[in-house]
Amino acid sequence: MGRFILIRFMYMVITLWVIATVTFFLMHHLPGSPLANEERIPPELKEQILAQYGLDKPLPVQYLDYLGKLVQGDLGTSFKYDGRSVTEMIQQGFPASAQIGLQAMVFGVLLGVILGCISALRRGTLVDNGATVLSVLGYAIPSFTLAALFSYYVGVVWRVLPAAGWGTFAHSVLPSLALSFLVIAQITRYVRTEMLEVLGQDYMKTARAKGLERRVIIIRHALRNALIPAITIIGPLTVALMTGSLVVEKIFNIPGMGWMFVDSIITNDYTMIMGVTMFYSFLLILSIFIVDILYGVVDPRIRLTGAKE
Amino acid sequence: MGKKWNMALSLLLVVSMVLTACGGVQQGAGGKDKQELNWVITAEPPGLDSAITTDTVSFQILNNITEGLYRLNKDNEPEPAIAKDVEISDDKKTYTFKLRDAKWSDGKPVTAHDFEFAWKRALDPKNKSQYAYILFPIQGAQEYNEGKGDQEDVAVKAVDDKTLKVELKDPIPYFLMMTSFATYRPQREDIVEKYGKDFAEDPDKMVYNGPFKLTQWQHNKSLKLEKNEKYWDKDKVKLDTINFTKSDEVSTQVNLYNTGKLDFVENLDASFVDKFKGKEDVKVFNETTTFYLQFNTNDQFFANEKIRKAFTMALDRSIMTDKISKTGSKPAQGLVPPNVEVDGKSFRELSGKYLKEDPKEAKKLLEEGMKEEGIKKVPKVELLGYDRDTAKKDQEYMQQTFKEVLGVDVDIQILPFKQKLEREDAGKFQISYAGWGADYNDPMTFLDLWVTGNAFNRGDWSNKEYDKLIKKAQSNPDFEERAKQLAKAEKILMEEQAIAPLYHRARMQLQKPYVKNVWRHPFGADYTFKEAYIEGKQ
Repeated sequence: MGRFILIRFMYMVITLWVIATVTFFLMHHLPGSPLANEERIPPELKEQILAQYGLDKPLPVQYLDYLGKLVQGDLGTSFKYDGRSVTEMIQQGFPASAQIGLQAMVFGVLLGVILGCISALRRGTLVDNGATVLSVLGYAIPSFTLAALFSYYVGVVWRVLPAAGWGTFAHSVLPSLALSFLVIAQITRYVRTEMLEVLGQDYMKTARAKGLERRVIIIRHALRNALIPAITIIGPLTVALMTGSLVVEKIFNIPGMGWMFVDSIITNDYTMIMGVTMFYSFLLILSIFIVDILYGVVDPRIRLTGAKE
Repeated sequence: MGKKWNMALSLLLVVSMVLTACGGVQQGAGGKDKQELNWVITAEPPGLDSAITTDTVSFQILNNITEGLYRLNKDNEPEPAIAKDVEISDDKKTYTFKLRDAKWSDGKPVTAHDFEFAWKRALDPKNKSQYAYILFPIQGAQEYNEGKGDQEDVAVKAVDDKTLKVELKDPIPYFLMMTSFATYRPQREDIVEKYGKDFAEDPDKMVYNGPFKLTQWQHNKSLKLEKNEKYWDKDKVKLDTINFTKSDEVSTQVNLYNTGKLDFVENLDASFVDKFKGKEDVKVFNETTTFYLQFNTNDQFFANEKIRKAFTMALDRSIMTDKISKTGSKPAQGLVPPNVEVDGKSFRELSGKYLKEDPKEAKKLLEEGMKEEGIKKVPKVELLGYDRDTAKKDQEYMQQTFKEVLGVDVDIQILPFKQKLEREDAGKFQISYAGWGADYNDPMTFLDLWVTGNAFNRGDWSNKEYDKLIKKAQSNPDFEERAKQLAKAEKILMEEQAIAPLYHRARMQLQKPYVKNVWRHPFGADYTFKEAYIEGKQ
């Protein structure tokens, strides 16, 4: 297991380096500079300011400078938010995004697993059809449409929960709910399909023949196996939700980090683009790593074959 | 339909009368309203260092927590603020400001040194201030900022604690107004040095000399301002608290407005305009901007004056302002917007009306122009456009009109802002849909852009007479004559149709009727809350 983790870790570092390199050079091909009121600055002044930032140096030199700092864990300071470090800004935005994302994930996965199981066990019934309709809708309706509807009806018309804002748990309910629909839809479909397959396997008959309780059969034998494909998508989905959805955060006015991804590119905020990309990539790779380990927990066969390699 | 409207209108009238009556009663009850204003900002202020910052949100906040020599009043005229009065030399190039006894929020006096320090700090090339050029009217400022001169040669000097002497490069009529601009605000050397890189990053890492002070800054979420008890004119300040909530989504702002969490919506888009039109909450904010078509005179087709005129005449500007944007924008009659003044009068009155729609004449001019240039077949024309929603509709309207009136096929190239800018700078365009906003209240802020060789003259239009007039006006201490020179210059620009002005933009906003006396400014910072108050909320 130790060796497995070590190799995985090496891959992680290499992947991050590749991402950093590609992003760095792509980003410098964006038109324009990171200056804020670029259309107004006299050209001579512009060159001078860029030189002060070290942006007049050849690209490979800038690249090595950047890598050097990155290795030391320094993501640099933002161009647009002069003087504020990218790390600090991510620290400020991430908690809100992460809270909403995690809540959406937990709620979505729980509901998705339950719905998936019930539909599989009651195949063809009204419940099954209902769950199918729900998951198709969850796929089809974008989260920001739900967000706008929730904010308007629950927040403005009925006044049950705050229409927007951030601070208390009540503020986080609607955005989490809006984000959770996609999770519910995906998990329900995966679990239902897998459950149906597993329930038809021979060992289910064996389990029943042994005289095991129905509850034990379903939870310990059927669900455990049916969860494997679901776990595959849970990792990346969690990361995507935790790093914030731009539009949902806009609609609910949440001080998260979703805006950073888009805003940094529009304003050519180089350090910020690199910072959020690296942060996102790191989380994503980490989540894949955790999922790999989780496979082993859920299904011992995977752990065994992993060890042999 | 007409009847329905009448009904609605009279109903509205009755309702508003009842409401006003209620307000009156409440007022009699003894002004018990909580003096708390809930305003919205559309972005996180990138930085509150007045010497460095460049964006409208930071300007808005800074305008209320700091104060310069002068401050714009309700009528947008500069009024003595930290300066008590000023002595201006006969050649209008030397300003001697006498400062009043004002204090910073930590109790120390505001001195002339604070101004000298801040201005020179903004000009120091090491500080990378992107608005440093706003200080260029000062003698020696440009040279120092461009690394060609010394700091000692920048002609701003604290003669003593209460006297500031400034020498200008040219006599300009708008200098007092400029001293109200953010970059001209004073800064304390000891505070800037104490916090270094962290200066003005947090409420406790700066000092305040304005009507309010910043007491809380939750990044990307909200800012809180409270009345500054050390402010020299604090008796006029009525609000105790201003809460700024960050929201960049109009529908969110409207939802928060409707649930009473906000007293203000910054910028209604066309989809909301119809819903709120006619309500007393609606306020129109006239920007000092001009949107126009920039012709590239290096292009074979648009080198011809008659062809440029044809494209200008083909358009009906009122369609863009009344049918597309609907937020109160005004069709342009020239380059300079109507709220730009010279000698207290609108420059537009002095100048003329140059733009009218005339499809027949347009078609005729196009044919004549093409004959002059020896062009037989109308070439395909490309228009560089914005990727904003309203602008896209404008672009489609223009495309359609050019086809219908002139029979010209126009290809619209929509680009992200920075990319569009790059194409314009490189001169790789035929027509570009562009805009410019005033830096200060004077026609010069628009007119000097089209001087030969100016980096912003992207269409490379050139006229010797125009250059001469602008140059003369720049150094003319006789401001009446100067205004005439500028009007003449605008006439040349319009007659040769270097550009086709389209409209002056206005924003439609919502403001709760109980919010009173918020000053809106078409130049510099958007709002002043110094004398604002709440009345009749409860």
